[in-house]
Order: sequence, then C-alpha cells, then structure tokens
Amino acid sequence: MIYKDSQVLLEVKNLKAEVAGVEILKGVNLTIRAGEVHAIMGINGSGKSTLSKVLAGHPDYTVTAGEANFSGKNLFELAPEERARAGLFLAFQYPVEIPGVSNSALLRLAYNTLQTERGLEELDPLEFEDFIQDKIKVVEMDPSFLSRSVNEGFSGGEKKRNEILQMAVLEPKLAILDETDSGLDIDALRIVAHGVNSLLSANNAVVMVTHYQRLLNYIVPDFVHVMDGGRIVKTGGKELALELEARGYDWLRAAV
Amino acid sequence: MSAVLNNLVNQPYKHGFVTDIETEVVPKGLNEDVIRLISRKKEEPEWLLEFRLSAYRHWLTLTEPAWANVTYPKIDFQDIIYFAQPKPKKQLASLDEVDPELLRTFAKLGVPLHEQKLMTGVAVDVIFDSVSVTTTYKAKLAEIGIIFCSFSEAVREHPELIKQYLGSVVPASDNYYASLNSAVFTDGSFCFIPKGTKCPMDLSTYFRINTEGSGQFERTLIIAEEGSSVCYLEGCTAPQFDTNQLHAAVVELVALDNADIKYSTVQNWYAGDENGKGGIYNFVTKRGLCKGINSKISWTQVETGSAITWKYPSCVLLGDNSVGEFYSVALTNHKQQADTGTKMIHVGKNTRSKIIAKGISAGRSNNSYRGLVKMGSRATGARNYSQCDSMLIGDQCIANTFPTIEVLNTTAKVEHEASTSKIGEDQMFFFAQRGIGSEEAISMIINGFCKDVFVHLPMEFAVEATKLLGLKLEGSVG
Repeated sequence: MIYKDSQVLLEVKNLKAEVAGVEILKGVNLTIRAGEVHAIMGINGSGKSTLSKVLAGHPDYTVTAGEANFSGKNLFELAPEERARAGLFLAFQYPVEIPGVSNSALLRLAYNTLQTERGLEELDPLEFEDFIQDKIKVVEMDPSFLSRSVNEGFSGGEKKRNEILQMAVLEPKLAILDETDSGLDIDALRIVAHGVNSLLSANNAVVMVTHYQRLLNYIVPDFVHVMDGGRIVKTGGKELALELEARGYDWLRAAV
Repeated sequence: MSAVLNNLVNQPYKHGFVTDIETEVVPKGLNEDVIRLISRKKEEPEWLLEFRLSAYRHWLTLTEPAWANVTYPKIDFQDIIYFAQPKPKKQLASLDEVDPELLRTFAKLGVPLHEQKLMTGVAVDVIFDSVSVTTTYKAKLAEIGIIFCSFSEAVREHPELIKQYLGSVVPASDNYYASLNSAVFTDGSFCFIPKGTKCPMDLSTYFRINTEGSGQFERTLIIAEEGSSVCYLEGCTAPQFDTNQLHAAVVELVALDNADIKYSTVQNWYAGDENGKGGIYNFVTKRGLCKGINSKISWTQVETGSAITWKYPSCVLLGDNSVGEFYSVALTNHKQQADTGTKMIHVGKNTRSKIIAKGISAGRSNNSYRGLVKMGSRATGARNYSQCDSMLIGDQCIANTFPTIEVLNTTAKVEHEASTSKIGEDQMFFFAQRGIGSEEAISMIINGFCKDVFVHLPMEFAVEATKLLGLKLEGSVG
C-alpha cells in the first residue's frame, strides 16, 4: 500500500554491477518506501535476479558504480550479514540444503543473532519453541519440518515456504523475493502469498522478482518495474503487469 | 568471502608448548640392547622381554607398508628416542608427589589431575612421553573389582591377565607398526572390568608427547568380562616441533559374552605447520575382539591432529549376535594426510556392524576412507551398513573412499552408501543473508555434517570435538 510521506527504505541510484568481468546491471534507479509492494519483471537475463543478489551482497558480484542507501546506511559498505541484520532479507530462488542442521536450530541462531543486534534478550530453546509455533502457522507448515534438516528432502514448494518462514521469524524491513513463485503449484502459491501478505505492514516493504503475473494476483503490487538490459525501462501500477501478460515484453524492448 | 574462510581455518595449535622438565631418555636408536634396557628399566618378567625380542626379530623381516594413500619421507628408525620419562621415577603414592610442573602441564591442557577437581567423575590415566604419570580414582574403582592402571603396573600386579590377553587381538606379527610397538612399547593403560560389572564412571587416558625426537609407543588393553560394560575415552596432544614424531600405538579390546565396550578418541596431536613441516605420524593399530555372544564393541573417533593418520579401528565379530560399530570424523587441513577407516570381520552368526565415516578435507590436504567388510562363511544372517560421506572445503583438497567388501556367505547382507559435498559459497551466502557470521556458519555446517558421529561421543567429548573442529577449520572455506 502507498502511504503518504512514508519513510524511504531503499534508494538505489545509477547502480552498475558485473559478474566475472561482464556488466549485468547498467544503471538501475529504484526507490522503495515503507508500506509498498514492488514487482520487478523482465525476461531471462534482464538483470532481475542479479539486482537482488547485488543488494544482498553476493560475493560473485562486483558493484562498479552507483549507490544504494538502506535505512540511512550505505548498503555497499556493509557485509552481507550486516545487511541482513539491518533488516534486508532475500528469499532465495534456489534455497540451499544444509544436511544435519535442523530448521529450528538455524532459525533460532538467526533469530538470536538479530535479537543481540537489537540489544534484546535471546530466546532459549523452550521459549523459541513457543515463538516458532505461531510462525509456522503463517506458512501452514507441519511442526515436523522444524526438526528436519534445512531444506533436505523438501519439495520445491516446501523449500519456498521455508524461505517465507524464515522471513516470518526475522521480520525484515525489506524482503526481496527472488522468483519465489517459480516451481510452485497453485496451492503452494496461495500459501506463500498468504504468508507474505500477513507479514506486510506500514513499516516494511516487499520486492517480488518474477516472470509471471500470476503471483501478482495474490500479492498485489503498488509498483511494477520492467527490467531490460540491466536497467529499469518502465515503471507502472499493477495494470502494467496485466499488459505485459497480454502483450509480452517485445513492445517495451523495441521502445528502448 | 574466501579470505574470511581462509582465516577461519587457520587458527594456531594451542597445545604446542613444551614442558621444561628433566627427562631421562634412552639414546636414539633401536637394537636388542635398547629393548633389553627398556625391559630392565621397567623391571619386566622374562616372558615379556621374550615377547618384545621375538616381535623385534619379526619386525626386522618386514618392510614398511606402502599401500596407504599417504606420502612421507622414509622414517629413520635409528633416529628415534624409544624411551623418555620425566625424572624422578619412583612409585607415587599420591598426586602430591607428582612433579608440580607436570600438574601444571596437564592443567594447561584442560586435564586437571586432582580428583576433587574432576567435575565429571572421569577416571584418568595420564601418559607423559613413555610413562604413565598417574591414574586417578584407582582405589575407588578397585573397590568394585575394576582394575584401571598403567600398563607397567598391570604387568607387575596382574601378570596372569597380561600374559593371557597381550597380543591376543593384535598379534605381535600383525603388521609392521604393531610389531614395532610390541618390541618397544613403554606404557599405556590397562582396564579390566569383572563379570557383571557396569563401570560407574568413564575411564580415560590422556596421552602427551613432550620430548622432541621421541616416539610414543603405548599399549592399551581393555578386557570386559561377561555381562560387563565400560566407556573409555582417549585424548592426545603434542608440542609443536619442526621434526616429525612417530606415534605407533596398539590398542586391544576383548569383550566376552554380553559385554559392551565403547571406545572414544579425540585425537589432536600436532599436525605440522601449514606447509606440512613437523607433526605427528600417527600409525596406530586398534582392534576389538567381540569374543563372546551378544558382545558389542563401538569405536568413535574424531581425528584432527596428525600430520599423517594411518589408522583402522576394527572389530572381529567372533561371538554369535555380536555387534561392531565405527563412527568416525576425520578432518584434514593444510598438508595433512589421513588414511583411516575400519575393518569389520564377521565370523559368527547374525553378527551386525555399522560404519559411519565422515571425512572433512580443507586446504591442500588428502583425506581417504579405507574400509573392509568381510562376511565369513559361517556368518549366516550377518549384516553390515556403511555410510561414507566426504566434505570438501576449498578446491585444493582431496577426498577418497576405498571400500572393500568380501562376502563368503550368501545369507549375509551388506549395504554401502557414499556421498561427497562441498561447503560452497552459496551455503555461506545463505547463512550470511540470514545474519549469521561465517565462523558460526562453518561450525553449524560442519556440526551438521558430523552429527551422526557426535551423538555417539560422551557429552564433554562432543563439546570438545565441536570446538576443536571449529578451531581447526578457522579460515578454510572458499
């Protein structure tokens, strides 16, 4: 939802970045305010996922120009874990498996790290157990998932729900969902979308990186951005996504 | 991120100090006179000297084995000190008589020798270079018939048991290093758990090599009589020298009917520096004999320290329905080499064995699992399950698995599973993105990987092992 005079969470200016010497982002500008829902769309290779990873600080990518300000901090001066602790969350397109590490152990460590950062008390395993029971309802997850190894043997849909569970636990200011809808069947999509919607507030924001309009039926964006060739080439309201669905991307590309 | 991971893996070895203590050493070199001298110093009976000499004569006919997947310069066996002991050597009635310097050494190593300071109630036999310094809780254990003492003392006080069991599991002619050990072993631990007795506390031996140029050749013998059980822990450290030191131990376990022996090791000898200079050559023969029906022997090892590890704690499952287990974590970093695994020899009916081996390789190290599962012709209904997992950290290390399976009985079942994984940047980035720093991330990944083994370690050891792996890996992922 667009709130009048709400605080700017993220401001990206003329961001350029490369991977292995190849420039992928060629000058991205983006402003995200608290309360807003953004969607970033575009064809494969347009730079959508790269933008998510660069913002989160993936070591494979090098920022060559531009700036990003996140909650008053220079994002590019922060290590990836500092960005996370400052409230930037990335739901991964391909969540990794961590054999032998239980979901609840990971969640508790992540949560307590954040609590320490905020100067708050850590939760002991019993307190965390109570805390997490409410959170798993957000993504309709069976409690047995908590004792299983992180993502090991999870279906595609379960992995994505697990990402949203992590988001529910960490309550980030800005969540970037990198193709969270890919590989989801309709039930899982509904659950994931419901989870994200229930976490939205006037104090946080969500960026969805997606190929498809389908997700946007469930999580309705305030802004839709189209990326092409490493830049945002068009920004509109939610109707832009419908237009893309109907007309494809070619008309935008021709206009570039 | 690579730099961070590298720093993480490369923490200094903290047990590398040398204790300045007056030590009596037998001059370097090995011959029959040296063996006679060792035997005389220990006031051994004639039959034991004969055991040593015949082992030595057999050893002279053997050549050093070269089949292990490790490389090192040829060992000059004449350049090793075979006997080193802190002075003065006298019979100690209480800890008050132990050299305070030694007490401080072990306190520094986290092994307090004063019984009142032992929170966990673990009885400890402490071996410094070639001799046992002290054994705690000995009198208390003796009240219920448990013998726990140094090997030398056992030779004096219980010669009939030593004579009956010494070499009964690992014969003096078993292999090159076992023969060498049989010829020159100096001390070690002896445990005897009488019929029907559950040992009320964990028994532990702590090995410390202190003298430069000395070898450590200890001998451990554990006998669990019918229906008894014991949990035994072994820990080891050594100072940091530029020269390599040889550690060639022999451990023999005997479990009679319905007896249960659990043997855990956290090995943290000095591993050499990052270029592979110095460190311990750990060439050890460990074998357990499940002699009685329904007996059980379980090995758990965490191998982190040596320059070269060459070690296969094994079980001979002779008694029907007996059980052998092997749980292992072997971690190598820098230029360490490990060739370790187990042998499960199924002889009796319905014998069962389980092997869980985890290898972690970092730096430029080489880590091999080598195992033998043998189902003898009488082993009707025998079963084995093996799982060997390797984890690679960085792109310059090597992991190998060499499993051998021999089945001579058609009703036997053998299962083998193996996997290889890598701590990748994606995993590290995932943790970072959840706000977790790289040290904690590595520790979590490694502990997750080793969980199936760590659950079999006694609590204090598991905590120790967890910390140790974290330390050893500081700085290595990339």
